[in-house]
Amino acid sequence: MRYAMAIDTKKCVGCSDCVVACQTENNVPIGYCRDWITETVDGSYPNVELELRSERCNHCDNAPCVRCCPTGASHVVEGGIVLVTPEECIGCGACIQSCPYDARYSHPEGYVDKCTFCDHLVKRGQEPACVAVCPTKCMYFGDLDDPDSDVSVSLKNRKFKALAPEAGTEPQIFYLM
Amino acid sequence: MREELIISGRMNPGIDPYLSLWHWPIPVYLFLGGLAAGILFFASLYTILDREKEMPAAVKWSTFTVPAILSIGLFALFYDLKHQLYFWQLYTTIRLESPMSWGAWVLMLITPLSFLWAGSYLQEAIPSWKWKFKIVQEILDWTARNRKTLSYFIMSLAVILGIYTGILLSAFNARPLWNTSILGPLFLVSGLSTGAATIMWISKSHLERRIMSKIDLMLIIVELFLITHMIMGFLAGSQVQIEAAQLFLGGPFTVSFWVFVIFLGMVFPAILEILELTGFKIPVAVPAILILFGGLVFRFIMVEAGQITRYLY
Amino acid sequence: MSTRRDFIKISALGTAGVAVAGSALSLFDRSGLFAADDSTQASLKAVKRYPTYCEVCFWKCAGWTYTDAEGRIQKIIGNEDDPLCNGRLCPRGTGGIGMYYDPDRLKTPLIRVTRNGKQQFAEATWGEALDLVASRMKEIAEKYGPESMALFNHGSPGSHLGHMLKAFGSSNITAPSYAQCRGPREVGFVATFGAAVGSPEPTDIRNTKCLVLIGSHIGENMHNGQVQEMSDAIDNGAAIITVDPRFSTAASKSKYWLPIKPATDMALLLAWIHVLVYDDLYDKDYIRQYAFGFDQLKEHVKNMTPEWAYGITTIKPDVIRKTAWEMAKASPAVIVHPGRHVTWYGDDTQRSRAIAILNALLGSWGRRGGFYYKESASVPKYPYPPYPKPKWNWKDMMKDKYKFAALSVSNDFVEASTASYQGDHKIHGWLVAGTNLPLTMPGMPALKEAFDSLDFIAVVDTMPMEITGYADVILPECTYLERYDDLRKSPSREPTIALRMPAAKPKYDSKPAWWIAKKLGERLGLGEYFNYEDYSEVLDWQLKKIGTSLEEMQKKGVMNLERKYGPLYLAKGEDVKFNTNTGKIELYATDFAAEGFDPIPVYTKHEEPEKGYYRLIYGRTPPHTFSRTANNPNLTDLQKENHLWVNPKVAKLWDLRPGDKVWLKNQDDVVSEFPIKVRVTERIRWDSIYMVHGFGHSDKKLSRAYGKGASDSHLITNIKIDPLMGGTGMRSNFVTFLKEDPGKEVRS
Ligand SMILES: Nc1nc2c(c(=O)[nH]1)N[C@H]1C(S)=C(S)[C@@H](COP(=O)(O)OP(=O)(O)OC[C@H]3O[C@@H](n4cnc5c(=O)[nH]c(N)nc54)[C@H](O)[C@@H]3O)O[C@H]1N2
Ligand SMILES: Nc1nc2c(c(=O)[nH]1)N[C@H]1C(S)=C(S)[C@@H](COP(=O)(O)OP(=O)(O)OC[C@H]3O[C@@H](n4cnc5c(=O)[nH]c(N)nc54)[C@H](O)[C@@H]3O)O[C@H]1N2
Ligand code: SF4
Ligand code: SF4
Ligand code: SF4
Ligand code: SF4
Ligand code: SF4
Ligand SMILES: [Mo]
Repeated sequence: MRYAMAIDTKKCVGCSDCVVACQTENNVPIGYCRDWITETVDGSYPNVELELRSERCNHCDNAPCVRCCPTGASHVVEGGIVLVTPEECIGCGACIQSCPYDARYSHPEGYVDKCTFCDHLVKRGQEPACVAVCPTKCMYFGDLDDPDSDVSVSLKNRKFKALAPEAGTEPQIFYLM
Repeated sequence: MREELIISGRMNPGIDPYLSLWHWPIPVYLFLGGLAAGILFFASLYTILDREKEMPAAVKWSTFTVPAILSIGLFALFYDLKHQLYFWQLYTTIRLESPMSWGAWVLMLITPLSFLWAGSYLQEAIPSWKWKFKIVQEILDWTARNRKTLSYFIMSLAVILGIYTGILLSAFNARPLWNTSILGPLFLVSGLSTGAATIMWISKSHLERRIMSKIDLMLIIVELFLITHMIMGFLAGSQVQIEAAQLFLGGPFTVSFWVFVIFLGMVFPAILEILELTGFKIPVAVPAILILFGGLVFRFIMVEAGQITRYLY
Repeated sequence: MSTRRDFIKISALGTAGVAVAGSALSLFDRSGLFAADDSTQASLKAVKRYPTYCEVCFWKCAGWTYTDAEGRIQKIIGNEDDPLCNGRLCPRGTGGIGMYYDPDRLKTPLIRVTRNGKQQFAEATWGEALDLVASRMKEIAEKYGPESMALFNHGSPGSHLGHMLKAFGSSNITAPSYAQCRGPREVGFVATFGAAVGSPEPTDIRNTKCLVLIGSHIGENMHNGQVQEMSDAIDNGAAIITVDPRFSTAASKSKYWLPIKPATDMALLLAWIHVLVYDDLYDKDYIRQYAFGFDQLKEHVKNMTPEWAYGITTIKPDVIRKTAWEMAKASPAVIVHPGRHVTWYGDDTQRSRAIAILNALLGSWGRRGGFYYKESASVPKYPYPPYPKPKWNWKDMMKDKYKFAALSVSNDFVEASTASYQGDHKIHGWLVAGTNLPLTMPGMPALKEAFDSLDFIAVVDTMPMEITGYADVILPECTYLERYDDLRKSPSREPTIALRMPAAKPKYDSKPAWWIAKKLGERLGLGEYFNYEDYSEVLDWQLKKIGTSLEEMQKKGVMNLERKYGPLYLAKGEDVKFNTNTGKIELYATDFAAEGFDPIPVYTKHEEPEKGYYRLIYGRTPPHTFSRTANNPNLTDLQKENHLWVNPKVAKLWDLRPGDKVWLKNQDDVVSEFPIKVRVTERIRWDSIYMVHGFGHSDKKLSRAYGKGASDSHLITNIKIDPLMGGTGMRSNFVTFLKEDPGKEVRS
């Protein structure tokens, strides 16, 4: 099993709903976030291009954050989801330094927090909060090993990219183009 | 025109607008770790070489500082943890892939050894000193007896510690400025150099000072070579690494790097040492302090600047 | 300068409510994060959900408010059965929770008092506050008649207070959603199809093959159903054509983006009509069967060629042709979107007419992929005695000023409330509920004069917004998550009803509007109109009448009913009569002709900025609604201020860099109260600047919103009134940059 997400940049309107939904679902304190939206504008008026992306932890296959964690608080679970166990985390920040996507943050309570792929919902057979709320239905979540899952199908039919592949982390969030 | 924005107002303190997670404790910790490694390296080296007599500052007197240096360093590290109550989790596992982990373990080993080493020389320094508990005396006697064997052990740990202070950073390939294999050797050499400077400063023997001064001069030359190599490497690297190097080549860290680290911390003390070696009278404290200061600033700059550099995508 | 009614910025007297501050943060320190799996299960069981429909904008999506084991509101999630949201709220709806937790909320009734020569608000009990409102209303009724009391409203509280006011004897009720929003569009469509567009718009976007957006910035305008369906349309490969001087989000998803010179849309629309007519692209059967006035139209647009329009709009003739062909190819599954906030340049009814005509030519009205026939649920009214007949109403007030104003024009109410007003029918007292007039209505000078002239103003609001600063009495309403309201009966593809019920007790000393209306009514001797203890009785009565019950609806939240009035679309060749004079779709508007207005739209040139000035255009940002969310902790976390979009060429000219703070001065020398940060972007033209509406709050009690960004409303002083229906065109205002703080005196 290999969970992954594909996000359709042709449909995303950059509304940040995925960000608020994550905050309320996962009790992310105000002032912090596990996902965020980037906007890239290219060209010059009136030949302009715009890309909006919803970003979060890439649940990398080759996760430097897990490797550099001195306590094992950062770990990989079933389906390739990268998690942090708060009671094992000493708050050294090594994982934050190691993430090319700046996907982690230091929770005000001291431990490091990040996107969990909403494993608590996924375990119950539900979709992650951000995926479930997205008004444009532009996010697909599922198992890459299952050829019929939403992600697998969307990746089969479309061109896509991942972010900073040169960092060698083998990110598992894909952007459909 | 290209515009890249985060539009969801992400304001994760410590991460945005750029990573600024590690503050003074980390560079202080890296500096002190390197310094301790340097002193212990020379102490064990000259013990192994049977030159305790010629090199009393290296082998004995300077090592009295090491337990304090390591304790302060460890405290700085602890102070920097954001989830301090859980720090013991560090010692529930050994994770070889995590420099932070084996660094913690190396410190765990080397710190008590440094206490033993210094302790075993305490009576030499203060002949009237008496240990309250017999067991302490016994352990220290044992240390003195096995000093040679221990030296091999300590020397290896010192090298590991010295390299570790660099690898801790270079293991983070997410920060282009740190992501160079030269950082390990560079920090080791820099640590040795600060160690040598300390010994030189403490030493009362002219011969010993000369030896350490020569060694130090060599180390500075190696250091300069490694730094050149590192910058050349960046410039030949990817866009993000070129931008990283630019921080020192016109960017915000240019002055502090070239003036404080390179000139005042290396070139100028090297000149002073050459002058001294060629017979000029120069108070030894001056180059020593400059080298120590340069080493500290170097680590501050590397930690600060490294956190600014990031992957662009 | 001393005015009768100072805008009170200072904080209220007294200290009640302090103990509860900071609750927004405590929401998040639940230790559930460390909970082991079985206790998670336990806490899951304690989770409850309550149906609601969203009040953060007027799309009214139905959702569920979840509370945790401690009964605290945790999250709001869309109701899967709701055809308006399909289980997905927009960011504002998801973040609606912040309205409830906002520690700056109004906490107790407040009464304006003068102490030591200074006007201040003093905390009052509900009894004191309601007694005061009732006695002032009675005074006004005795002096001038009850009709002199008017209600400004927007959203749910309006219907409760409206009921009370009608029982009191006044039907002078108004809302900004007409003259500041969609009025012109409704008049334009009524004149053409005999039917208004209404809300939510019955646009069949998910089935369309071509969607044309004229300034309508869906995607930033987060009206949920439309955003969802636009995304479906993208999936289905529909061609989107966006006409916008700004590279909007929708433009970035479009097959064609027409970067039009602002204020020239009419020329483009007429040229499109020209191409459809003269290239023989229109739906001939449809026009033959249903339309009136085709020949006049054909004659009218004869010279309105793409070449002609090019000179006006800067859109190349071949692009105009290609896009017209694209629409025709998709016809009738094409939507030339009517837009929603259409009060732009004063000829907005006519522009909406042109849009309606285009749709007629494309045969999209009543067609799959075009406009469907919507239907709403009918729910019987809870019984109460008939309302007394007012001696006069807003129609008399403005006589025949606007022939086609089907609803009341808010600006007329303001005018009739000023001392300088000469008419016979004057307004002396206001109730305001759910509308922040100083940021909503253009023309602050008139508004200020009204504030100074009125005998009495009572404001029902949830937040210490600007409008409350002018109130004599402030009545704090609880948020939508803490109350019952009327059933939602929005029209849709199928009739649907949705229930809103409280998920928590009202915080502080706030009360629902139905309760405020009832208690006021009772004090005014109108108890028989409020024959219930709790509003849930009204709802239960209504729901039982339609075969369900409050209990059932509390479990379901939404109920979808069968359509009663025929299918969604016209059958082929179906014989229908349109509700116009001719019974046809009027390409030539007989009503307009009769009143001396252009029966077919014409292009008029609008004002242009002088050198050094830029047209001020404004719009929406996805995570905010107007001014109402600018202090919402969850939503300000996403975006805490607006930015001034400036083209790089302009930025260079003025030496502006991203993040620089500038003040703006308009053509009438009005200066923005606060500076705004520059965003240098290729997404905006060089003759215009853009900002999101709703920021630049001046009330210090809004701790997060105060002084963040600038207010477009403040700079809109040149208002272009639509002569047909009184809409307030707001886009003929021009601003220049001030790089230094111009100082307080200039700004006041
Ligand atoms: N300059 C400018 N002016 C505009 C527009 C623009 O784009 N630019 N847009 C126009 C358009 S399209 C519209 S529709 C109007 C919208 O105009 P309004 O509806 O007036 O908009 P808001 O600024 O959101 O003000 C809403 C008020 O209702 C209060 N409120 C919110 N929820 C509740 C509640 O549950 N109960 C009570 N009692 N009060 C509540 C808020 O605190 C706030 O004071 O503005 C129009 N005016
Ligand atoms: N997130 C969010 N969504 C909302 C609301 C909200 O407050 N927040 N409010 C809701 C309400 S009540 C309304 S009425 C709607 C309004 O939403 P729309 O009807 O979509 O908005 P408009 O204000 O008409 O359009 C704003 C757009 O018009 C463009 N524009 C400016 N001048 C011109 C011009 O001369 N010609 C053309 N072609 N385009 C021009 C601007 O660049 C901007 O992209 O939004 C609704 N949706
Ligand atoms: S919710 Fe969907 S459309 Fe909105 S920003 Fe997130 S991914 Fe994009
Ligand atoms: S995105 Fe960052 S935090 Fe997530 S798995 Fe990859 S390296 Fe780790
Ligand atoms: S901060 Fe926590 S999770 Fe991150 S590396 Fe340190 S111990 Fe591991
Ligand atoms: S998957 Fe869950 S935790 Fe991750 S960003 Fe989405 S909502 Fe947040
Ligand atoms: S569109 Fe958004 S703000 Fe409006 S009612 Fe729906 S969820 Fe609420
Ligand atoms: Mo509106």
